[in-house]
Parts: sequence; C-alpha cells; structure tokens
Amino acid sequence: MTGIRAHFRRALMRSETLAGYTLLSPALILLIAAMATPLVVLVVLSLWTQQAGMTFDRSPSLFNYDAIFAKSIYAHVLLRSLAISAAVALTTVLLAYPVAYFIAFRIRRQKIVWLILITLPFWTSYLLRVFSWKLILGYNGVINSGLIWLGVIDRPLEFILYNVTAVVITLAHAWAAFAILPIYVSLEKIDRSLVEAAQDLGEAPIMTFLRVTLPLSMPGVVAATLLVFIPTVGDYVTPKLVGGANGIMIGNLIQLSFGRANDWPLGAALAVVSMLAITLVVCLFLGGVGQLKRRLG
Amino acid sequence: MGEVPFISLEHVAKSFGSVRAVDDVSLEIAQGEFFALLGPSGCGKTTLLRMLAGFEAPSRGEILIDGQATAAVPPYQRPVNMVFQNYAIFPHLNVRRNIAFGLRKEKLAPEVLDRRVDDALKLIKLEGYGDRRADELSGGQRQRVALARALIKKPKVLLLDEPLGALDKKLREQMQLELRQLQKRVGITFVFVTHDQEEALTMSDRIAVLSAGKAIEVGTPEQLYERPRTRFVADFLGTVNFFEAEVRGPEGDHLIVATDRLGTLRVPDRGASLAPGTRVLVGIRPENILVSPGNANAEGNAVNGTMTTAAFLGDRAHIYVSVGDPDRPVLVAVQNLDGAASSATQGDRAVTLQWSDKSVLLLQETQA
Amino acid sequence: MTRGTLKGRFGVLGGYTIAYLIFIYLPVVLLPIFSFNDSIYVAFPFKGLTLRWWQQMVSQHSMLNALVNSIQVAVPVAMLSTTLGILAAKSLTRYHMFGKPVVTGFFMLPLVIPFLILAIALLVVLNFAGVPLSLWTVGLAHIVICLPFAVFVLISRLEGFDRHIEEASLDLGETPWMTFWRVTLPIAFPGLMASLLLTFTISFDEFLLAFFLVGSEPTLPLYIWSQLRFPAKLPAVLALGSAILAVSCLLVATAERLRRQGAMPAGAERAADG
Repeated sequence: MTGIRAHFRRALMRSETLAGYTLLSPALILLIAAMATPLVVLVVLSLWTQQAGMTFDRSPSLFNYDAIFAKSIYAHVLLRSLAISAAVALTTVLLAYPVAYFIAFRIRRQKIVWLILITLPFWTSYLLRVFSWKLILGYNGVINSGLIWLGVIDRPLEFILYNVTAVVITLAHAWAAFAILPIYVSLEKIDRSLVEAAQDLGEAPIMTFLRVTLPLSMPGVVAATLLVFIPTVGDYVTPKLVGGANGIMIGNLIQLSFGRANDWPLGAALAVVSMLAITLVVCLFLGGVGQLKRRLG
Repeated sequence: MGEVPFISLEHVAKSFGSVRAVDDVSLEIAQGEFFALLGPSGCGKTTLLRMLAGFEAPSRGEILIDGQATAAVPPYQRPVNMVFQNYAIFPHLNVRRNIAFGLRKEKLAPEVLDRRVDDALKLIKLEGYGDRRADELSGGQRQRVALARALIKKPKVLLLDEPLGALDKKLREQMQLELRQLQKRVGITFVFVTHDQEEALTMSDRIAVLSAGKAIEVGTPEQLYERPRTRFVADFLGTVNFFEAEVRGPEGDHLIVATDRLGTLRVPDRGASLAPGTRVLVGIRPENILVSPGNANAEGNAVNGTMTTAAFLGDRAHIYVSVGDPDRPVLVAVQNLDGAASSATQGDRAVTLQWSDKSVLLLQETQA
Repeated sequence: MTRGTLKGRFGVLGGYTIAYLIFIYLPVVLLPIFSFNDSIYVAFPFKGLTLRWWQQMVSQHSMLNALVNSIQVAVPVAMLSTTLGILAAKSLTRYHMFGKPVVTGFFMLPLVIPFLILAIALLVVLNFAGVPLSLWTVGLAHIVICLPFAVFVLISRLEGFDRHIEEASLDLGETPWMTFWRVTLPIAFPGLMASLLLTFTISFDEFLLAFFLVGSEPTLPLYIWSQLRFPAKLPAVLALGSAILAVSCLLVATAERLRRQGAMPAGAERAADG
C-alpha cells in the first residue's frame, strides 16, 4: 500500500481525532451548509438594502439597523418579546421544578413511565397544541362556555385571550417538557448520600433542600431556563394565534418583513438584532448565576 | 520444551505518540506452555498481549506464531483467540450463540455445531445455561463463557487479559486451579497477563516479569522466586530483606561481602566476577531465616538481635528483629509448625538469627 | 428518609404533579373529545355524539394529499438524520477527539436557534442559490433540526458500549464488515429504531419551517393551518388533530421503550447469527 491512501489509512489508525472527525464529517458538513452558512448569509443580507421587486442594493450599510433603532415599535416589540420570554421561562421552570423533584425523589420504580407520561404530549404537533389553547381561552371557548354553563359567570371573560397573558400561558404549556427534563436529569444525578449526610447533621427537610438539593440542581435549572427562553423569543405561531394585537412578538414582525412587507434585509437585520439581544440577556443571566454561586459558595 | 519456539517476539517495541509502552522485548514461548506476563500497571504487558492478538501493530520488531510472521495479519485471520478483561460477552446473544459465534465461518451442520457447543458447555461446567443471556450470569460464569467461546475454535494460542481480576478471592483461587487443569487438558499454549504475583506463581510454567516496557527476567516460578537476579523481581515476587554490601573478595564460586547489618556473608557468585570494593545488593527472604531464642554465640551465618515487633498471622508469624539499627529491622517469617509461630511471638526479646549460604541472593539494580 | 405510607410519600408534591399532568393533557384531550361533538362550536355544553366530522376528514382530498406529502418528507428525513446521527454518535462516544465539547455543542445548536430565524436564513440562501422551494427544501431544514435528537438518542444508546465487544468479534474471526452486521448493528438496533421514530414524528408534526420553505405542495400541518380560518371546517380539523395526536403518541412511546430496551427483538437476533 503506497501513496496518499496508505498514508491516510495509517494516520487514521494512529490518530483518534482524525478517525473521529472523519466519521463526523457528513453530519458536520450538513450542519455547516444548512445551518451555519445560512446564518452567516443572513448577517450579510442585513447589511444590504431592499430595492424594488426582489433586487437588493448590495453595498454594505447599516441602513436597516438605523431604521430599527429609529422606529420605536421595533425596540418596543423586541423588549416585550424578551420580557415575555423571560416570564415564560420563569413560569415554566417554577412550575416544572416540583414535578421533576417528585419524579426524581419520590418515585422509586418506573420513573420512566412517569417521564414518558409527562413528555408525551410535547412530541405531538405544536401547532395543534397552540390551537387548542385558542379554543380553550376563546370568547366562546371551553373555559367560558363551561363556566357559563355551570353558572359561575354570566358573561364570557375577555381577558383570557388575545393578549400577553394568553401567550404566556400557552408558551409555558408548550415548553414544559423542555424544562422538566434537564431539571430531572440534574436532580437524578445528585448523590443521595449527600442529602442523607445533611439530614444526619441535623438539618430539617426544607433546609436540606435549600442548602443541598437546590444548589446541586442548579445546572439543570439553568439549562432549563435557557432551553425555554431562547427559542421562545423568536416564536411566531403562539403570538399569531393567541396573542392578538397586544401579544405580538418580534417573530411576527420578522415574518412580516419576509411576507407582505417585503423587506428582506430589514427582516434579516431584525433577526440579527434579536439574536444579539438573546445572547446579551443569556450572558447577563449566566453572569448573574455565577455571581450568585460565588456569593453562596 | 521444543527446539523451535512456538511464539517468538524479537526486539518488539511499541510507542503511542511519545510514550514507549513496550521497549525492546524479546521472548520465546514454547508450545503447550502456560506463560505469564507479570508486572505492575503500565509495564506494557497488556500492550504485548494485544500485539499478539493483532489489535496493535509493533512499531519495531517481529512477532512469529508457529513460524509465521504476523506483521500484516489482522486479528480475524490469526490462529489466536483472546479472553478479554471484562469478558466482552455479546449482550444481544444467549450463551449458546455466544459460544458458537466464531464458528459461523466453518459452516457446520446444525447437529455438529450443537454437539460442539454442548461439549464446550460441559468443559466449562455450565450445562443447562445455554439459553441464559449475559446479564443473567455472574462474573465467574461470564468468564467461563468467554473461555469456551475462544476455545471452541481450537486456536493455537489462547490469550487471557487479567482473567481473574474481577473475581473475589475464593473464586479466584478456585479458578486458578481450574484454568491450570483446563490448559493441561486441551494442551494449547496459554499466554496470560496479570499484576498478581501469586496468580502467576500458581498457574504458570514460566513467567516474564515486565517493568516500564522491558522484560526484566524470564524463568520458571521456582527460578524467579528462589534465584532472582534483580532487585525488582526479588521484590515483586514475595518479600525480601535487602542489605547493602561491599565486595571483599572471591572464595571459590562464592563472594565474600560485608553487609551493613549482618556482618560478613558468603554469597554464590552466579558467574559474576566483581572486583573488591564494588558495592552490591544482597537479599534474604524472611522464610529462609531461622530465629531462635536467646543470644547465642554468633558464629558463621548467625547474628544476635532484638525482637521489636511480632504479628501472628495464623499459619505463620512475622517477626521483626533489630540487628543494630532499630529503624531497619529484619523480617523473619516463622511457619506455625506445631505452634512454633505463636511461641515465637511470645518468646524472648533477645534472639539469634541464622541462615544458609545458598539462601543469600546477589541482586542487581534494574537498568532504567 | 422514606416516610412509611404511600400517602406520606405521595403527599403534596404528588397532588401537585397530578394537577400539572391535568394542565398538560388538557389541550391534548380536548381535540378528541370535541371531535365527536355534534356542533361546529368548541364549547360546552356537549351537543351529542357524532362521527360525521371524522367521515368528513377522511374524505377530504386535499387532506389526503397533504398527508402523503408529509410522509414523503418525514420518511427520508428520518432515515437521513438517523444515518448521520449514528455516525456522529459513534465518533463522539468512541474516539477521544480534540475539541469534542465544541463539536458536541455545535450539534446541539439547532435546538436553541429559534426556528423562525433558521427558516428565514434558509429561505434567503435558497433564494440566492436559485433553488425553488419544494418538499425537498422542507426536508433539508427538517434534517437539520432532527439531527440533534437523533444524535442524543443514539449517544445514550451507544454510551455503555464496551469497545472490547467489537474486538472480541474480530478476534473470533469476523471481518470488520461482518462485525458491524453481527454485533454493532444488532446492539444499536433499538436506538436506531427509536431515532427513526422520533425524527419521523418531529418532521411529520413540524409547522414553522415548512411554512417558510414549502413550494406548492403543502404538508399536513400547513393544511391544518389553512383550515383554521374556516369555522365550519373546525371539527374536521379537530378530528384530524386527534388522529395525528394518537399516532404521534404511539410512535413516541414506542421509540422511548426501544431506546431503553436492553433485550433484542427476535428477528434481529436471528440476523445476528448470519
């Protein structure tokens, strides 16, 4: 065996790194081509300007970014999106934690059954689930008609649909599994003997939880928060179906730019700004968590 | 042992990057031998075994099995089979299918195959376990399945990587004898790797003691234990009392040396001619020293001392005797023959130590 | 640490979890319930049982078309993402590689990028490259988002894989190729099936990427979206939704059981004997 092929073979056998990356290459190439490159192209597009029809002025400029910062509606919606997502993340994680704790610490056998039971709905159509909430919260929807039928109220409640509250409820529901799983994994990993040691040293159950279990489960909580927060900022379907005029989020504005408003570079710029905003918030969050750890650690 | 070695390693070396796992090892193993590669972790014994199996290729040197060079031969074409440290039983197959796995290529008729598997099960004393799966077996049972799986192919050489490491003590001792008997019965050359010197001494015909990629000494268990040449081997197999000494001069086929604590000794020179004044290392094993109460008139191979500590171990006692330097006592092992050990531990503090010429070992430091 | 009675352990947390479960399943059970309701309004009180919405759903040509389209996308997506996933999982579990945490993070990235942004990014690139939008472009996007799931499922399956098992097979006389067939594949089989089912479900149910990247042939979620503005069509949509829900649940539950399964289905065992 001579030549390049033989050389490569020998290098392959000797180097684990080379062998590993060779196996990885098809998947890696796909992701670079279909995920990384498009994102880069998006950034490039954001520096162009929309002309008539589908043509662009390709000279790089910050025209779109100026437009975004000039019109207050963008900042307003973006900030609202960030706030809504933060609220959703907080709500979801708070609601999810006790469930994760229950399965990790109180269930002895068949934990898997509980986990499957809880996460099953989330593998089904997101669209359908959001739509169901629309049906539940609507003026003539399930809640209203049910309460009227039961005689609890005479007129339908109007505050439950087509506003921010509806969006938060729907999204908190939609992302619940993404919150439960990381928290559960992190709780499962906690060495039970640490908890028992704390109790042996005289701590009451609630103090044991606060001083031992909760800090040790922090990685899972942080992961859950991020996993819910980040995708929620760009959500389109939920605000569209249950948000009404007041519940609009940045995703809807981005979609408009690519749809009726037909200003692709602006849409791209909005997307870039959103991603930067998300990154900023995440960094602040992680920084804050780090600070908290150092203070308490 | 035959004239032509069955397995021959000639100046074999293996490096992983800058790490030299095996550094110029040459060994010869005869057909039908139970051969041990013994040494501490990191000494290269497993690497050597894997090179014999074909999973690693030597960086330098040659390996010949039954006269055939193995350089370009992949593991699946060698007449060699291996029992892995954790047994590597296929989890998705039951015991019968595990054992029969390697016979697929031989395309045997089903009845023939079944009979051979039955024979194998009988050999490892697991008849009736054929339908069990890996996770239904204990560690010892899995080990036997791994053995049967390898032996059913009738290889020329069987390699075993720390075969008894995962078993508890009683089971290990039982398996040591069983493996030995098994090997005698099938007549195949066994090469096994272990870090347990007791295991190597019990089971093998010959042992190669390895350290830092080099073969320090090779010999039968008796040779290596009773007449080691190096400090490393003497210390690795059993215990030794070491004494620094200086050569005074030759006397026939002996050397006279002056030791730090035992006075002047006569030591078999084993062919080494050393000039007077050379510093050497001598050693005496604890079981080769006789301890008697009272301070006798110490002449010849005798010295007076004081017993500092004693430990009673049931079948023997370990007595520590100070012969001038209380920080470096001499360890004596006393066999508990008719209570000799227990009385020794309770006896006088003043004792006399005696030994014979031929039990004194002249040892070299291992070359780094 | 354990309090004796079942009730003691179940307690407040257990009650909370049950309530949470109800919250989670509420929208999900809504669909089937009202799909049998003899009224076009999704409201209480119940007007009576009927099967006509189901009949209506099944007879819709456009619905059946969209269903076929969805399957045409989901099947290749499942196979491709699982294939790429097993290669990636094998390399990440088996080899010590330089920069492994970075690469692993890169593979999980599609999970945290908002789908909307991914959709428009792909839209832009495809537009610039002159590639027309179609089911193919949807499939491409789906592979990207399914890949992390495939990799995750397969890594968790391969993690405990004793590398000596493959060496044992080589040692016993099988070539690397036969080793793959007789040993690696059967052992990884449950994980492969789980990955296929999971990625199929994800692609089948996915709406947003399809919304942006589809050509003239809609997928099933897009069909549903188009029906949402017609109140009269609503119950039929509920029926369709219920059917999709049931199938998805079945696939996912099976996938999860396979993923954790240690034993092998009988067919694969016979295949392993060669």
